Order: sequence, then structure tokens, then C-alpha cells
Amino acid sequence: MNGMRSAVAPVRTMVLWCPDWPVVATAASEGVSVEQSIAVIEKGLVFACSAAARADGVRRGLRLREAQARSPRLRDFAYDPVRVDRAFEPLISALEEMSPNVQIVRSGSCALAVRGAARFYGGEHAAALAFLERFAELGVTDARVGVADGMFAADQAARLPGVDLIRIVPAGASPEFLRDLPLQLLDEPELTTLLWRLGIRSLGDFARLPADDVRSRFGESGARAHAKAAGLDGRRVEPRIPPEVRESVSDFEPPLDRIDQVAFGVRAAAERFIGELAAAHLVCTALRVEITSERGEWRDRGWLHPRWFTASDVVDRVRWQLQGGSTIESALTSPIARVRIVAETVDRSERHETGLWGSGSEERIHHGLSRVQSIVGHEGVLTASIGGGRSPHERQVLVPWGDRHEQKAAVAPTSRVRGRREEAAPWPGSVPPPLPTTVFEQPHAVLVLAAEQQEVTVTERGELSAEPAYFSPEAAGRRLRPLEAWAGPWPVYERWWDSAARRRFDRFQMIDADGTAWLLALERGTWYAEARYD
Amino acid sequence: MTDAALTLSSPAPAGEEIRALQSRIQQMQATKLDTRRVRTHPALESLLPGGSLRSGAAYSVESSTALVMALMAGPSADGVWCGVIGLPDFGVEAASHFGIDLERLALVPHPGEEWLTVTAAMADVVGVVVTRAPGRVTDSAMARLQARIRQRGVTLIVLGDWPQSEASLRIVESSWAGIGQGNGHLAARQVLVSSTARVGSGRPRRARLWLPDRRESFRPVLEQTDVAGSRGETGGPGVATTGLRLLQGVAG
Repeated sequence: MNGMRSAVAPVRTMVLWCPDWPVVATAASEGVSVEQSIAVIEKGLVFACSAAARADGVRRGLRLREAQARSPRLRDFAYDPVRVDRAFEPLISALEEMSPNVQIVRSGSCALAVRGAARFYGGEHAAALAFLERFAELGVTDARVGVADGMFAADQAARLPGVDLIRIVPAGASPEFLRDLPLQLLDEPELTTLLWRLGIRSLGDFARLPADDVRSRFGESGARAHAKAAGLDGRRVEPRIPPEVRESVSDFEPPLDRIDQVAFGVRAAAERFIGELAAAHLVCTALRVEITSERGEWRDRGWLHPRWFTASDVVDRVRWQLQGGSTIESALTSPIARVRIVAETVDRSERHETGLWGSGSEERIHHGLSRVQSIVGHEGVLTASIGGGRSPHERQVLVPWGDRHEQKAAVAPTSRVRGRREEAAPWPGSVPPPLPTTVFEQPHAVLVLAAEQQEVTVTERGELSAEPAYFSPEAAGRRLRPLEAWAGPWPVYERWWDSAARRRFDRFQMIDADGTAWLLALERGTWYAEARYD
Repeated sequence: MTDAALTLSSPAPAGEEIRALQSRIQQMQATKLDTRRVRTHPALESLLPGGSLRSGAAYSVESSTALVMALMAGPSADGVWCGVIGLPDFGVEAASHFGIDLERLALVPHPGEEWLTVTAAMADVVGVVVTRAPGRVTDSAMARLQARIRQRGVTLIVLGDWPQSEASLRIVESSWAGIGQGNGHLAARQVLVSSTARVGSGRPRRARLWLPDRRESFRPVLEQTDVAGSRGETGGPGVATTGLRLLQGVAG
């Protein structure tokens, strides 16, 4: 084991680090400025905080109440790892376009073997600058870079306090760089406490201990920490595996100048291409067709398929692309020398089998709804469950597709008991069944008048000033017609303990001349339509 | 010989025979069409051509979300996924009470400019698509969507006008039980639904339904004395009297 470790020499590693990434990502998705005092909370403890909060004395690991005491203007958000990771993904993709072999260390921090990038960009500093510029284009301006031998040293270089955005520890100087840093950076609390009591204060002190003695006393994890402290971090950058390229190239010699010839020439290749995917139990749902003409003109375009491509679908896409959406004559300006078909998105084929009774598997639903999300955005496709609350609008909990399970669990732990949740959790003052079929996303103002066309209000004591007699679904009062029946007022006091969020209003049910029933609310002299029974 | 003997021995009334023949013809038509029948809520069977919803067909409903939910309830109870597009005000809790499985319901409240793309993409995966056409839809877009749902075997339910619909349903009359002038609360509703089929006899079918009754379920009104929510002895006397009183009002 020992021999193996010494055989693995530390690799020149670059670490890109975005400070306070959970805060940055959460603030961006909540639409809050990072300049404010923000804390991201996990299980009641501060997980990360913004610079302003830190200036007030908020620290990681502090209890939320303590943090609020130190910084009264603190805004706290729950830590949502999915959201934070999702925000980091574009940065990784951008980085992967510039350099291969990127490893995500954790959300907000990634590592790459710097040798190739340094050669390409002409030096480690130049490469770091290029990456930082790309990050800045994507809106992350305070990223930091550390370059050193081994990932641990590079990480520490990136995180070293100071104003420098790029810190490069020369090759071979990592032990020296780490020597004066505190032991806590090893992130091994038990070991650190013990070493502290043994009089060891810095990484350098620890590194000076004989490696064999450390191993026999502290075991394998101690030996690993010792190697880190000595700047001999043998961990290699383990890049995430980029998707395998599946492609089909057809070269035409001599080049073909008719679309039907090209389509015929591509057919066999397309069948082979789809056949290979099928043999790997994959289906292709998005592909890219690149067409090169004899004169070197190059046209490429991505095609999506609502289900998955069959061989004839692929040939169709090639033909459509050659036709260019216009007539056949105008498209081919020069003969076609090469057609390349690349699979962009592949998926497991068993997820796409048509079910015996027409509806497919859950995975196919997921794939299809994810596609809809790519059109209307992540928040555009929702699933619903029923939560607690008094108004019909409060009770419907809408969660973006894909986020459903953990959030649903948080809101409605017994959502399996479908439909009849009010029996399990009574909400006095909620609307009795049957429930309104139309629940307005935005309640809109309506007009209710009494018999003499005067306004209808509710007194402090909850009494009506006059009986409602006329109703118009518009505030302006057009289409004002007599009411058929009505019931109410049902007073609602919400959050009476909170002066800012306190509400008092009265609910009514009314039936208009068409026989359509409405759920109305009268709040501070204005009538609103909350929902409709249509 | 036996046939002749049978006809001689049991002189069935002419009307019954005709009805039997008609039902046989209908069954043959249903198997001849390449569209499949979709499970339909029993309350709506009498209103739909062929007695059920079909996959690959469109149905339109005029301005009643409850009727839309009644149409969705059948397929959803069968485990079919439903997609609701462009209806930001869809009452989810009412839907769940009316028998629509929320675990198999996807909502796209605001498809915006991409309405056609989203609806077509949704039709690829779910079995029932519910939507409201935004403002103006071109004939070609409509034809494309119609072709897509036929190809995928999807049932399309449109809230609003849809020219190629198999049947268009609307509420002609609606009367509520349980609410008075300042007392009570909404409890049950009886409606008269009229359905116009695209093909076949021009006379619209009509049916009187509880939409919903006092137990939040849909069912046909059996006769004039049918009382909201109480079948036979199960309903309490109080329920029965209010229902009766209201019904007398409706009938009168």
C-alpha cells in the first residue's frame, strides 16, 4: 500500500472554486441580490451565508436563531441541493467545452488536470484566465482558481483568503505552501483534536512525522491525511464520463448532386446506425445531421423526434435538411461529399416500449414531460397534490415536474390518502364540498350590489349592510344581472397574530342568473371572485 | 327451421326487436372503426356517440370545467395519464374528489406562444389531453393536432369550440341544491347536458345529471323524485327534504 502511494506522484491540478455557491445559486433562483445578508439553512443550521451575513458574524454551522440574532436583517432560505446543483451544471458544460476531464468535486467547485489545458492556452495562468473569463460571461464573477501539485493543495490555494483570483503554487512547492496552514483544513475533526493535544499545530508539523508511524497509529485514513498534509495527495482527477459519441458517416465518392441519390446512399448507413443503437438497447431521440458539400460548405442542424428515430426517420431528416424547407432545385448548390449523423440524446429503449394498452411506462412519461419542460421551462410543467389551507387556492400544491417526491413529502406526508385529506387534518373555515372546479390563479374583482343598486358591505360585527341582489363578473359592472341565490357571510380571520400578514375577509357563495355558482370574498369593501363552480 | 320456429313461437314486440338490431349495428360499427374505446364515466355514456369516449378523437365542452372533469374521470380511473394545458385555473382539489388521479396528472398552465408544440408533445406521452385553444388557431395547426391525436390514439378534450370534435357538450340548465337566500351552502347540482355529435342524427342527445351530487360524484338523475346524494334509505331525512324541496322548485 505504501509503495503504491509513493508510486502515484501528485498531478498538476487546477481547482476552480465559486465562493458561497449555495448562496449564489439560491439567491439567483429566488431573485434576491447576493449583496444582502442571506443564509442557506439545512436542518436548522446555517449551511452557507453571504459576505454581508458573514460581516455580521454569521458562520457556517450556527443555529438559525443564533444567526438571526447576530444579523437581524438576515434572509434565510432552505438548502435545496437539486436547485444548487442544477445551477452549477451550465458552468461545468462550459468548462468541458474548453478542456476535457473535468471533475465536479462538489457543487461550486470543480477540478481538472491542468497539463493539457496549460499546453493549449500557453501556460497555467493563461488557462486559468480563459476559464475565469468564460465563468464571468456566464455571470459568475468571483470565481477563484488554484493550481498546485495534487487536488488538496490546489483546493487550498484557491480558498486562501486574499484578493488574488488566481494562485499558482509552482511545481514541487506544494509541501512548502501547505506547511504553515492550520490543521483544520484537513477536515478530519477527530484527528485534528488529537494532534492539537499532541502539540502539532500546522500541516507542516504533521507532515514531518514519519509516515509509517502515522499509519500504524492512525490507520489508513490517518495515512491519507498525512499524505495530503505533505503535499503528496495522490488522488487523481476523475473526470465525469462524457456521453459516448455514436455516429454514422457516409462519404460519397464521387459526390452526389441529387437529393434522392443522397437519401438512397444514406439509407444503409442509417439502418446500421439505428441497428447499432438497438443492439445496445438504446433509442435515439435527438440527432444532429452534418452535411458537407464538395466545395467544403458545411451545414448542420439538430433534429428532435417526438418518440425515437427509426432508420427511415433518419433518412427523412437528411432529405428535409437537404431540401432546406424550399424546393428541390434551389437547395443543392454543389454535390454532397459527406453526411454525418450524430446521436445527441439516447435513452434506454425499454423505457420507450409502447404498453400493451396504449399508455407507456413511467419513464416514457418522464421523458416526454422533460421535453415539454425544455419548451416552457422547468417551472412550466407542474404536478399537483393537495396540502393544507383554507382557501381552494392555498390547498392545491403545485410542484415542478421532476422535483415532486421530496417536496411533496415535505408538504403532505400522507398524500397517499388521496382526496379526503380534510378528514385527517381538519381546517376549520375551509370551504365545504363540493369544491370549485375553477380556482382562479389571480382572484379578480367583481361587483355585487343590493336591490337598490347600493354597495354591499359587512360591518365589524359581521353583519351585512344589505342583502346582495345583483352580480357582475366584472368590476366595471357590465353584464350586471340579478342573483338567483346566495349564502354567507362566512368570516375568515387569518394570521391575526402577525400584523403584516393579517387578513380579515368574508366569504360568500352566490349563484348568478346562468346557474353558475361563484365563491366570492369581500375584503375591505372590494369583492373578489376566488373560484367558480362551472 | 329453428329460426323460423323461434320467430313464430316468441312474437317479440317490434320496438324491442328494432332496439336489439340497433345495438347490434352499433357494436359492429364500434369494431369496424379503428379507434379504440376508452373507459367512460357511466354518467356520460348516454351522451356520447357510441356510448363511450374514443381514443384518437376530440371532444369539446362549452365553458364547464366540471363536465371536463367528468370526461377525464373515466380514463383517469383506468390509469391513463392526463395532461392539462393552458388552464391556469383548473381546480385540482375538485378534480381529485371527482376521481381524477393526481399522481397521473400533469399541468402546463401557461404554454404561451408554444401552445401547439406543447400540446403535440404532450399528446405523445399522455392518454388524455385537456386544453383550451388560445385566441386564434389556424386551420392548418388544428388539422396537424387532429392528425397527431389520431396517430397517437389520444383523447383530446377541448374547453371551448373545436370544429372537428366528435361531440360537443354543453350545460343547458343548471340548478343548485342546498343554498337559499342567505342561508345554507352549495351542496349538489343538477344539470341538463346537451351533446351534439358531429356525425349521425342531427338531434342533440340530452341527459339530466348530478354534477356533482351530495357525495361529490357524478351520476344520472334517475327520475324526478331522485334525491341529491341519497340513494334509497342511506340519505338522512334532512338531506332528503332539502333535496326534494329544491327539486320541486326545479320541476315547477
